[in-house]
Amino acid sequence: MEYDNNWLLSLMVFLPLIGAAVVMLIPKAQEELVKAVALGTTLVTAALGVFMLFDFDYGKSGDLQYVVDKEWINVINSRYILGVDGMSLPLIALTLLIVPLCLVYTFGHFPEPRNPKAILALILILETGMIGTFASQDLILFFVFFEVVLLPMFFMIAVWGGDDRRYASLKFFLYTMFGSALMLVSFLALYFLADGSIVGDQANTFSIVSLSEGASLGISRSAQLWIFAGMFVGFGVKVPMFPFHTWLPDAHTQAPTVGSVILAAVLLKLGTYGFIRIAIPMLPEAASAWAPFIGLLAVIGIIYGALGCLAQRDMKRLIAFSSVAHMGFVMLGISTLTDFGINAAIFGMVAHGLITGMLFFIAGSMKDRYHTLDMGRLGGLLVSAPRLGWILGFSAMASLGLPGLAGFWGEFPAILASYNPASILPESTFRGYMVVAALGTVLAAGYLLWMLQKTAMGNPKEEFADNEEITDVKKHEWIAWAPILALILLFGLYPRPIFTTTDDAVVKSLTVDIQGEEIENCLEVEGADLGKECFANVRETAESMKE
Amino acid sequence: MIDAFSSAFGLLASSGAFERPPIDWHAVAPELCLLGGGALLTLIDVIWLEKGRSITSALAGIVMLIPLIPILTLAIDSEDRSMFKGAFVVDKYSLIIKALFLLSGYLVVLLSTNYIAEGEYWENEYYGMLISSVLGMVLMASARDLITIFVALELLSIPAYLLAAWRKKDHKSNEAGLKYYLMGVFASAIMLYGMSLIFGVSGSTILEEINESIASGGANTPVITLGITFVIIGFGFKVSAFPFHTWAPDTYEGAPTPVTAFLAVASKAAGFVALMNLVVIGFIGQEDVFQPLIWILAALSMTAGNVMALRQTNIVRLMAYSGIAQAGFMLAPLAVAGEGPAIADKAVSAVVTYLVIYAAMNIGAFGIILAVSRKTKSADLESYNGLFRTSPSLAIVMTVFLASLAGIPPLGGWYAKFSVFTSLTSASTNWGYGLAVVAAINAVIAFGYYGKIAMRMWVEDPHETHVGEVKVPVSLLTALVLTAGTTIAFGVAPGIVTHFTDVSLIAFGG
Repeated sequence: MEYDNNWLLSLMVFLPLIGAAVVMLIPKAQEELVKAVALGTTLVTAALGVFMLFDFDYGKSGDLQYVVDKEWINVINSRYILGVDGMSLPLIALTLLIVPLCLVYTFGHFPEPRNPKAILALILILETGMIGTFASQDLILFFVFFEVVLLPMFFMIAVWGGDDRRYASLKFFLYTMFGSALMLVSFLALYFLADGSIVGDQANTFSIVSLSEGASLGISRSAQLWIFAGMFVGFGVKVPMFPFHTWLPDAHTQAPTVGSVILAAVLLKLGTYGFIRIAIPMLPEAASAWAPFIGLLAVIGIIYGALGCLAQRDMKRLIAFSSVAHMGFVMLGISTLTDFGINAAIFGMVAHGLITGMLFFIAGSMKDRYHTLDMGRLGGLLVSAPRLGWILGFSAMASLGLPGLAGFWGEFPAILASYNPASILPESTFRGYMVVAALGTVLAAGYLLWMLQKTAMGNPKEEFADNEEITDVKKHEWIAWAPILALILLFGLYPRPIFTTTDDAVVKSLTVDIQGEEIENCLEVEGADLGKECFANVRETAESMKE
Repeated sequence: MIDAFSSAFGLLASSGAFERPPIDWHAVAPELCLLGGGALLTLIDVIWLEKGRSITSALAGIVMLIPLIPILTLAIDSEDRSMFKGAFVVDKYSLIIKALFLLSGYLVVLLSTNYIAEGEYWENEYYGMLISSVLGMVLMASARDLITIFVALELLSIPAYLLAAWRKKDHKSNEAGLKYYLMGVFASAIMLYGMSLIFGVSGSTILEEINESIASGGANTPVITLGITFVIIGFGFKVSAFPFHTWAPDTYEGAPTPVTAFLAVASKAAGFVALMNLVVIGFIGQEDVFQPLIWILAALSMTAGNVMALRQTNIVRLMAYSGIAQAGFMLAPLAVAGEGPAIADKAVSAVVTYLVIYAAMNIGAFGIILAVSRKTKSADLESYNGLFRTSPSLAIVMTVFLASLAGIPPLGGWYAKFSVFTSLTSASTNWGYGLAVVAAINAVIAFGYYGKIAMRMWVEDPHETHVGEVKVPVSLLTALVLTAGTTIAFGVAPGIVTHFTDVSLIAFGG
């Protein structure tokens, strides 16, 4: 690569970690210094991100940029490879935006038991893990960063969480760890079965680039299906997809506000990102076999999440279930295996990150004021705290996919994409999914408006009528929220920047070709049988190249 | 030690006057340094009496470190050396293992310093025993024949029996020592019986010759099977694999905590080293005998150890059961070691990698246990409640060790588990994949109890009698810094470990 400024990504990944170490070394008494160092670190990291946003070559957004490729674990040919392309750039930017805002928000109201030093250090470690995952271009490195986020989040829920935090944190941990254990076994199977020599790498390789460019295409169909299954569980737990979602409502409800925000805004995206970065490009054939099933689970998630919302009394739990539904749209977009669907999915990830993150912020602020989120007791927010009420209304509208706000561009194209999935997929099935997903948007409008009615409309209940604690939006809340609100509106009105950034990378990730040997995209060959034949040819070609 | 060799040769030499075989002094230098150091330590005690006490532990630490110098020169020389017709071999594998034993021994000395000095214990004898036990381990790393293995094993075990009962006024410690002794002797007897069967069939005690003899096909298969089974079961006791683990929890609980750390790490590692030497050099080609046996031992140890650990309320007992589960992980690669030379090499590297990383994180965890029990005088899990509030740095370091033991990146333990997975999947057999899945599920279960301790430290309120910071003496602090540093470094850059543990047992035997 011609980009020689490759220190940038490493710095971006590890700066927060250094910040965390510094924060831990500062004596407890100097709270202001702790805050300053933590915020300063994230701001500098974010500034690097802004520089990258301007410096990034959008004309070549399909290629990896700022690549670092260094030796790491030689015996297994696992390398320290970082790189950014159009697919990861928006997600890295999202992370870099959300973390400082979370810090600012926390400064205004530290959750109990306070201990600012510890919680700030944990947030910084989380940031390293998240950026690292999005930037990794080696499976083992990806796995390590993917796991780095587990412990800080575990402690954040366990220490600063609600009454049921012990159960929720352990459940969160065990679910995700189980998923990643199977994911790791899949990675290893890929390592041993794929042949990197086809693309000019070593025979056994963990390089994401080599594996997506065709190293894994020679693997037999049945093995591909098993490997994909392992990854499916690993990433699916994180998303979370329908049968694996039960950790999410507990974790969200018990987590402190910043924990919920980071969880919703970024951590869930690690799963969907894994699908589009690793599972689908490396195993397109297995993906096409699994896609109808993934689509089915996605629409079940949409409906189930929506019905789950309608059954909640707790506002935070409702938002958590709405996450299940929204991530269902993202997964539906991914399961179409078209560039259109996956572009929509990435947009959906960013939009969901902003909107649901915002909703969790508001829920946290309401909890601070009312000390309850029981929707039976809330009401009249527009009277007691009008600005907060309007922000809640705005975010709820964005969440239900109102055109003109960011949520729309995540959901609508995903539904549209399932009208016309990849040619190899059964069209009628996906059109069925489309209808169900469209119904899901109606339900979404239902539960969000119902929530708004319960909490914001009407007059305040007697117990909160003249409560002095219920103040309007405070200064730190404005600082933390204004950028998010602005971006929700901006991307709603002008979604182009994200779509143009991601498109090249997405198209590239879906194209089956082996270096030197141009092979058409089997997913788009007309007729499912012809597509399967095309994959069989690809396998044969890969076999012959091995010899 | 010399006696051991002469007796070995007494058996081999059918007739004729005894001639001293040539000795490569450079190759035996580490053992000699240790022997000399131990003797010096005893001498100082005899001459200076009480005056020498103050420097005993420092001296013991130095004695543990000095043999690293010849090990370093041997490593730089990088020539494989073999003596006594192949009974004693110095190669890259044995050197890294020796270094591991010596460094573990050094860390145990650091853990012991205050514990032994502050209690009413015999100090000098304690370190003497420790050094002779380490000497047995260092010898084990090079042992390539049945008799040398057996002598090394006894040399490392007998002092360990005594060390386990070092708190002699405490019933539990007496129980620990006695139980350990009886089970240990029982295991030795079984093993010796197995060895005699193997010797009877193959006509040799040298592992390579045994292998050639039983591989040629003329051997009596049922006797070989019985012999191999007995030997593996004997070492099953040593490494506390289920169902031969019953001594471990009681012994760990009763023994002085530094000794427990020693047993849990160094003594167990010695068992694995012997097992690897036997399986990979001696029994290769008999994989239909040892593979199923080890497969079952590994799967049972992981699962049973984990499940029983979930129910413990005493941290030392918990660590004992977790150690059983970890032993299952370390056994696992050997269950596929017979699938071919390349896979055997991978298996050996995986076990050695695991041993190195395990030593750092486990000794570290015992260091914290020691530090906390200095203040609370108890090993109940409850004494960890609220540790994060009373002594945050200890709680963070303990979290590092626990997370590493649970195998969470980026701490050392993940790479240990990962190398086990790699070696299992590299075999590409259904048995290998099956054990990998069992291991993956167990890795998740293990977090159940490691996480429980972490939760107590971070979430619960401290017990009212336990408020106030835990004070950590200097030597213990050194041990903690060293182990925590290496645990993190191994996880972030596993290349540091694999650079040394990329070893082969077969390459030398050819």
